[in-house]
Amino acid sequence: MDEFVNLKETELRLGLPGTDNVCEAKERVSCCNNNNKRVLSTDTEKEIESSSRKTETSPPRKAQIVGWPPVRSYRKNNIQSKKNESEHEGQGIYVKVSMDGAPYLRKIDLSCYKGYSELLKALEVMFKFSVGEYFERDGYKGSDFVPTYEDKDGDWMLIGDVPWEMFICTCKRLRIMKGSEAKGLGCGV
Amino acid sequence: MNYFPDEVIEHVFDFVTSHKDRNAISLVCKSWYKIERYSRQKVFIGNCYAINPERLLRRFPCLKSLTLKGKPHFADFNLVPHEWGGFVLPWIEALARSRVGLEELRLKRMVVTDESLELLSRSFVNFKSLVLVSCEGFTTDGLASIAANCRHLRDLDLQENEIDDHRGQWLSCFPDTCTTLVTLNFACLEGETNLVALERLVARSPNLKSLKLNRAVPLDALARLMVCAPQIVDLGVGSYENDPDSESYLKLKAAIKKCTLLRSLSGFLEAAPHCLSAFHPICHNLTSLNLSYAAEIHGSHLIKLIQHCKKLQRLWILDSIGDKGLEVVASTCKELQELRVFPSDLLGGGNTAVTEEGLVAISAGCPKLHSILYFCQQMTNAALVTVAKNCPNFIRFRLCILEPNKPDHVTSQPLDEGFGAIVKACKSLRRLSLSGLLTDQVFLYIGMYANQLEMLSIAFAGDTDKGMLYVLNGCKKMKKLEIRDSPFGDTALLADVSKYETMRSLWMSSCEVTLSGCKRLAQKAPWLNVEIINENDNNRMEENGHEGRQKVDKLYLYRTVVGTRMDAPPFVWIL
Repeated sequence: MDEFVNLKETELRLGLPGTDNVCEAKERVSCCNNNNKRVLSTDTEKEIESSSRKTETSPPRKAQIVGWPPVRSYRKNNIQSKKNESEHEGQGIYVKVSMDGAPYLRKIDLSCYKGYSELLKALEVMFKFSVGEYFERDGYKGSDFVPTYEDKDGDWMLIGDVPWEMFICTCKRLRIMKGSEAKGLGCGV
Repeated sequence: MNYFPDEVIEHVFDFVTSHKDRNAISLVCKSWYKIERYSRQKVFIGNCYAINPERLLRRFPCLKSLTLKGKPHFADFNLVPHEWGGFVLPWIEALARSRVGLEELRLKRMVVTDESLELLSRSFVNFKSLVLVSCEGFTTDGLASIAANCRHLRDLDLQENEIDDHRGQWLSCFPDTCTTLVTLNFACLEGETNLVALERLVARSPNLKSLKLNRAVPLDALARLMVCAPQIVDLGVGSYENDPDSESYLKLKAAIKKCTLLRSLSGFLEAAPHCLSAFHPICHNLTSLNLSYAAEIHGSHLIKLIQHCKKLQRLWILDSIGDKGLEVVASTCKELQELRVFPSDLLGGGNTAVTEEGLVAISAGCPKLHSILYFCQQMTNAALVTVAKNCPNFIRFRLCILEPNKPDHVTSQPLDEGFGAIVKACKSLRRLSLSGLLTDQVFLYIGMYANQLEMLSIAFAGDTDKGMLYVLNGCKKMKKLEIRDSPFGDTALLADVSKYETMRSLWMSSCEVTLSGCKRLAQKAPWLNVEIINENDNNRMEENGHEGRQKVDKLYLYRTVVGTRMDAPPFVWIL
């Protein structure tokens, strides 16, 4: 579990390389020492606190203490994904990504990307494959892999056909199809 | 005692069903012990590592129903690594070998594989009931074996499990001859469902009382299902998005009106709130309502629904209901016994959904309340004192203030007095979870007053070892103690080793116990398994010189009659 939590290289974020997100520094906090009730204060935290003074009434985004609040992971996953599907501002749009043949799924935040090219590049890096080139008529050519998504109606659609904004609103999950199953979507030989 | 022949005594024992009572019976004398063990059909094992299947079967050869619990409670919150243990396969293998007539298996927090499910389905001709709660490790292929092979299946109840959904056809694996289903709960499955197979199955199950669907069952399918099953008592609705003018919605409305036996409603995993009115006609019969996954139902739609539910005994809800919503509950649901308010915003965005006011309102309005789980932003001692006065009948009281170490928000004092009032007033309290700013004082109160307390959960609380000692010395009925991020160390741990023989288990993580303390404990108490869970540094515990005083990140100890377990992964060190 720890490995996934701390794996910076494959973490997808919009910030410039070298900047650090405050939340990361606080991830594994054990508040054993009573003097240390608040999480460790870093310089970056102070910056963020001073810049968000207008939100003084509501506390700054809290550090994620492991296993807190004590809510079953099953419940956390089901409520989180629900909220993120219905509120697109500020909280990220997290969708599952599966790849045929991979042992486990990943989750990405669609709101981190400005368009299809950024998204596809990120997927290529994450799963170590390449999608080939997109053609409006023929779909993706030049690769055994085809990126698809499940929309709100439960249909599997080819990524790239609809405008990006519509895609973000209707996409429920992604699946990178491989091989013969992928051919049916017009991959073309 | 032996004036009656054994068969008569056995017949009397048939009326004694609770585990506690049956255990007590077996202690009376040798002859009762013998009669009891041959007539015992249901066995509950709270810790699967406290005993092994061979010894279980030797004592209870006529076993029909087995309940097993695996991982410690804090595993629910990701504090226990996945590979820690709790495997059910060896149990099923042993039961299969012994040819015991198993009919019911209930598992909680265990690792279940497709292989075990397949073996289970093939080994017990009369197998009727499978209940899996918070388990993991299996896929819908395992479910397919159960469906296909268990001819007399009555219950398939999957609650909050992590199941890998292969989107296969497990539902169509129920043979056409299967008509015995009473419970079918697959709400936790993520993937598509074969709706045709499901409808056919429901249509041929006249005894079906409990049906809980997953996300993938849309409104029009729900309507058809309810037409097939008007006898339903417990319904979990899956997908509920719909345009209220559609034909399906009208059909659903008509079908629901006919479900006069419906008493329990849950689900609404995806919901169009304005369609809830379809359920209004049957709300006055509802005794149980679980909307804790219905993130989209709030505000006036939720309030309107609740106002119809005057007979509610159990309510599980999200904190988006707000204090005002809880006031409506308090004035409407006079029969309420159990309330759970879950957090809807887990990112801590400061959304002050419910506060101490909601809790006080509920305690004032619902005199029959005995169990509560309440996640909130803030609390005061005054509120807790009032709650204690209003509801002295609490059996379970779990309060979770979302921010650790938060004091009384009015007086800035610790919440010792508030919780103290709760334990003093609630003489039947069996389970307690603490939160907020707490000193050793609260533990003094708990040790003094909480005579019936069996389970205590502590997080970010206390000042010194005295706190833990008050609890260990005072709570005579303590069974499960779980502590995280609190400054309790070796002194408290080692003060009374024999205490742990009277308890099921102790969990301590991110506390002050050291490796040498744990080693000493293990030496003094060979009948305990003392487990050190150390995922990060597999070998660091072995370093000589400093090892004694090194703090143990996670300690889990439990009494056992079968010694060290053989299936522990490398990062678990059993002393």
